[in-house]
Amino acid sequence: MSAQPAESANGPSLQIRKLNFFYGDFQGLKDVTMNVARNMVTAFIGPSGCGKSTLLRTFNRMYDLYPGQRAEGEILFNGKNLLDKKQDVNLVRAKIGMVFQKPTPFPMTIYENIAFGVRLYERMSRSEMDDRVEWSLRKAALWDEVKDKLQQNGLSLSGGQQQRLCIARAVAVKPEIVLLDEPTSALDPISTAKIEELINELKSEYTIAIVTHNMQQAARISDFTAFMYLGELIEFGKTDELFVKPRKKQTEDYITGRFG
Amino acid sequence: MDLYSLRIWKNRIGIGLSMLAMSFGLLALLWILWTLFSKGFAAFSWDFFTQDTPAPGSEGGGLRNAIVGSGLILFFTTLVSTPVGILAGIYLAEFGRVSRFAAATRFVTDIMLSAPSIVIGLFVYALMVETLGGFSGWAGSLALSLIAIPVVVRTTENMLKLVPTSLREAAFAVGAPHWQVSLKVTLRAVKAGVVTGVLLAIARVTGETAPLLFTALNNQFFSTNMSEPMGNLPVVIFQFAMSPYENWIELAWGGALLIALLVLGINIATRIIFRTKRNG
Amino acid sequence: MPNGTESIVNEATGTIEVDLQARQVRKFRAQDSAFHYVTMLFALVVLAALVGILISLSVEAMPSLKEFGPAFLWTNVWSVPDDQYGALIAIYGTLTTSFIALLIAVPVSFGIALFLTETCPVPLRRPLGTAIELLAGVPSIIYGIWGLFIFAPLFADHVQPHLQALLGGVPVIGGWFSGPPIGIGILTAGIVLSLMVIPFIASVMRDVFETVPPILKESAYGVGCTTWEVVRNIVLPYTRVGVIGGIMLGLGRALGETMAVTFVIGNANRIGASLFSPGNSIASTLANEFAEADPGLHVSSLFALGLVLFVITFIVLAISRWLIRRGMGAEGL
Repeated sequence: MSAQPAESANGPSLQIRKLNFFYGDFQGLKDVTMNVARNMVTAFIGPSGCGKSTLLRTFNRMYDLYPGQRAEGEILFNGKNLLDKKQDVNLVRAKIGMVFQKPTPFPMTIYENIAFGVRLYERMSRSEMDDRVEWSLRKAALWDEVKDKLQQNGLSLSGGQQQRLCIARAVAVKPEIVLLDEPTSALDPISTAKIEELINELKSEYTIAIVTHNMQQAARISDFTAFMYLGELIEFGKTDELFVKPRKKQTEDYITGRFG
Repeated sequence: MDLYSLRIWKNRIGIGLSMLAMSFGLLALLWILWTLFSKGFAAFSWDFFTQDTPAPGSEGGGLRNAIVGSGLILFFTTLVSTPVGILAGIYLAEFGRVSRFAAATRFVTDIMLSAPSIVIGLFVYALMVETLGGFSGWAGSLALSLIAIPVVVRTTENMLKLVPTSLREAAFAVGAPHWQVSLKVTLRAVKAGVVTGVLLAIARVTGETAPLLFTALNNQFFSTNMSEPMGNLPVVIFQFAMSPYENWIELAWGGALLIALLVLGINIATRIIFRTKRNG
Repeated sequence: MPNGTESIVNEATGTIEVDLQARQVRKFRAQDSAFHYVTMLFALVVLAALVGILISLSVEAMPSLKEFGPAFLWTNVWSVPDDQYGALIAIYGTLTTSFIALLIAVPVSFGIALFLTETCPVPLRRPLGTAIELLAGVPSIIYGIWGLFIFAPLFADHVQPHLQALLGGVPVIGGWFSGPPIGIGILTAGIVLSLMVIPFIASVMRDVFETVPPILKESAYGVGCTTWEVVRNIVLPYTRVGVIGGIMLGLGRALGETMAVTFVIGNANRIGASLFSPGNSIASTLANEFAEADPGLHVSSLFALGLVLFVITFIVLAISRWLIRRGMGAEGL
């Protein structure tokens, strides 16, 4: 295990301790220990099937939906182990938002797409909700494009807009952490650029964990990078250092394109 | 004949026979529809829709009481089978991935889809008619509901299974409870498909005769009282077609056309709804 | 951490929000478990219906089964005046009409499915497939009334005399085509029934044929096979299980069909040697007699018939589902 505790002035947002993950009998994650730094962007890279998405999906216990999948170990979030069965999983998810590979607008209006999540744990008046919707759409740099068609179906937007709507939806519930699972892999380069810019702005208020198969993207937008291979965390450190002088041979091979 | 031409001939015969089978199927459809339309339209008239079923031996008459009765019975059938079928379908799709109980339900649903409808009629007779002391529109609706529910259950479950995993996960990811994920996101995403299922179920039971024979029975007079025996198209068609009276037989053809138009109309409508929703 | 909710608190917000969240969490948990059980309850309705059918039919059939014992199944009597009942006449009618229906429907359905998947020009596939599906949706009473008024007279005048002339002299099977050609009877019921089940069997066959991976067919075409050879040697062996399942599904439908049969079977409570002679199936006996049956043994015996029908179709349909699922799942897709 070579995971170096990340150095961050703000302290960690998530502390992952000896995390093991199983799909039935298959072990998807092996003894992962690392910290996700607060108000920073942490990128997870590695070849397909290395466990980077699996790791991300333990942070909001998405695996709970599937019988046969289970996690062992600890993920400390505000001092409590969020893997604990007693921890309410819905509330965890409200505090740790997620954006998926493909845009996933709900089958409702743009306005309702955002209000749906907000209404779950907050009571507010119609005008407060209007403000929240506008605020989150502005955060996602989508407001100007949709302000005149809030009552249209979310599916009527373009792919890139849909993805920003999903980011707005995640941000609207004021989570502490936003998880991004290859958020730009289904998008064109212009939409990708917009989302990368957005990630850069969001990190002042949110902790961001992003899985990407695109190393340049990881290098461009992240503060810390974790390289994973075959379910293990091979190397973890500041992005600048990891890409410039990787300590492990496997990392070097991967980022120089010799395998993966 | 050399091997090659033998093979070619075998192929021609096989293909030719398959085309013959297809033409046979289509011709049968056209023949049935053609007689139905020509005989049925002849029966359509103002009286057909405004008069009640005639007494034996009397002239003229119409099917007003049967049309209204069928409408009422189908209305309550839809009212019952839609929520029951959709909720049961949700159970199978959401909670039934690994449970034994769900596997059994799924199996029984499949069987009930094709179970003899006359047996359902017997069951409802034993359950309601015998115990409550009489044939009634309610009993008819219950019998039809038991036939319609499996159709709704199966389509709902199949539609929900088509929802992309990521949409379902995305709804959980904002912290929504399971019931909101199901009812407000996934079910809404397949609304068109579920509506299709309900419509198909209605189409399925619209022409069902056997289960009404011993439940709703029939009523020669106009009635909107669901607690009484109730006139309905299929049973009237059956009784009138088997009768010796010319005007009854003509009414039976008219009724048969009416039902066929309704059923084919619903079937075609569902295809249009489903197709436009999918493409759009 | 009494309920596991206060642990995650947005530092910037106060206690009010924490209370609201805790309350929401409890509410959602209760709602979710209610949701689980309510939907389960509705799923139970379907199971309960099946159990209810079996129990209520058995209870109602009990007096008759007690009176006649297992011999009920093979007694060739159905007499209301003598209050003597046996199921053989109706079982014979049910099985014979269904058998005739399958004899005609299976090859025709196979041809239709073959045409729709292999040889039909692509632009026609969808409309023709839809036409077959629509045919499956036509209510059976339409087939019945058409059979009675259109098909039976034509059959009596133009087909039955020829059948008699052609096959009447042949030993053994000649007797099947003896007797007056009156149009209605077992044979007519079987033919009308076949028209009704063709669309069901054809649709299932088409669906299982479509599960054959194109690459498999393409490789056979690649070595120079004709369409017929591809079907014989690739498609049929590959889809065998599903095809049998589709046939069983059609059989299940045919056995329990009421209206398409009742109109044209002739409703006579005897077993005739000829297929031209009128008879009765279980479903047609029920349709004709039940509503006006005398309480007591007559009603009870009709329930017993219903029970026999339900058990037979249940077994046939169960096998069919199992085969179709195996055919579509394990071998296809």
